[in-house]
Amino acid sequence: MTSAEKYVTAVYLVVLAVVLLYVVLYSFKLSRLEREVSELAELAARKAERQEAA
Amino acid sequence: MSTSLRNNQPIVFAATAAGLLLLGTALAFYWVPNAPIEGFRQRIFYVHVPIALTAYASFAWGAWKALRLLWTRDRRYDLESYTAVHIGVIFGVLTLLTGSIWARTSWGHWWVWGSRQLVLFLVLFLFYAAYFMLRFSVDPGPRRANISAVYALFGVALIPVSFLAIRLAEDLVHPVVFTHDVQNRLTASQFTTFGICFAGMLALAGSLYVNELTGKRLDARLRELREALQ
Amino acid sequence: MTYFSDVFALARKDLLLELRSRDTLPAMLLFVVSTLVVFHFALPTDASDTAETGLLWVALLFTALLGLVRAFVAEREERVLDGLVLAPCDRSAIWLGKVIGVLAFLVAAELVALPAYGLFFQPVGWELVAAVALANIGLAAVGTLLAAMASAGRARELLLPLLFLPLVIPIVVGGVGASVTDDPGRYLAFLGLYDAVFAILSWASFEYVVTE
Repeated sequence: MTSAEKYVTAVYLVVLAVVLLYVVLYSFKLSRLEREVSELAELAARKAERQEAA
Repeated sequence: MSTSLRNNQPIVFAATAAGLLLLGTALAFYWVPNAPIEGFRQRIFYVHVPIALTAYASFAWGAWKALRLLWTRDRRYDLESYTAVHIGVIFGVLTLLTGSIWARTSWGHWWVWGSRQLVLFLVLFLFYAAYFMLRFSVDPGPRRANISAVYALFGVALIPVSFLAIRLAEDLVHPVVFTHDVQNRLTASQFTTFGICFAGMLALAGSLYVNELTGKRLDARLRELREALQ
Repeated sequence: MTYFSDVFALARKDLLLELRSRDTLPAMLLFVVSTLVVFHFALPTDASDTAETGLLWVALLFTALLGLVRAFVAEREERVLDGLVLAPCDRSAIWLGKVIGVLAFLVAAELVALPAYGLFFQPVGWELVAAVALANIGLAAVGTLLAAMASAGRARELLLPLLFLPLVIPIVVGGVGASVTDDPGRYLAFLGLYDAVFAILSWASFEYVVTE
């Protein structure tokens, strides 16, 4: 590979890397959101139980 | 926009981006001939310039949403403006990275103060990075929304003024001005490839924007739910 | 003309407060002279005249920051800003009054800084004075707005420099250019343009920064 080809490939690789990094970080966010939803679902269920008991 | 298209915004943007970018990249590597002077290196142009223009477009979109917020006081514009700036910064960082590599292969250095675009993006990056510091520092609420909106508007005012300043600074600092040898008129094949890549990058930005906005909105709604349940 | 009487009342308040407490201005004066002395030790012996001019502008920038950090402290501590905002005056009058106060502080600091620079480094020309005068307007206009933004958040002393420095890069270019090159007119005109654009923007948007 000539030097020019290496640099051009590097540029496209960098773009790919940043987009993939975004995907990874977003996956973390989605897991956190999922966890929060289940926590809130539990809170809601417990609140409903307390209201039924009262 | 028909309702089915709006509901499927994430899919439409992502699919369009994927299609256009794959096609554009293929064209940039296989179809477009070598540029006469710069040679093979010039192909970086098809990824760097669309990214830079998309960054500008994102900041402009963020400023537009900011203006809408200040005009109508409708709080939903706050998250939209914030997301647009967020995407703009991502593309801004990409501009700096790709621009730096292009500088290295064209002129031998990873950074050149003589490249107006690079220096402008550095200043803008500093400015919009401070935007995030500002948002993290102020408590959520209408005050933070207003302040962020005003700051986003200052950003787009800064773009032309900064560019002028950088041009004037060239006489001061005496760097050799570095410009890429992009001919004044692109050939038909170059123009087509560039257009497809640019459209693809805009679609990618749109896709990231829609996904990011949904995530931020979910965050906000979950926070409200949590407060309602406790 | 109640708008301008509001403005002058607010500016007078700031200046009287400073006259009585005397905390910000002496600090700015001492800071700028100390910085110039540090620069003497920081510059090698064969430093060019232009490098010294550049460092003067850096010193002025950071002295302005010092003054601006204090700009809304009094308001915050006494919750005066809420009262001012509730008052039936145009909110932009608060901005203009503050700007006049900040300008007064800057001019006072420069009355010491420029002679000190002339003494320690090199003579001060009319272009430098004109550039400093024009730059003051931009620094005060933008700085006041950003100081109001920063005062709404936590870590405001850290936040203000971060917000301030990228926005005032054009002022540095204009100021140094006017002081150093053979064609100061272009740079002075650019400073004027910057002042016009950002003063109008700051004046118009101050209302949104202090209200909900």
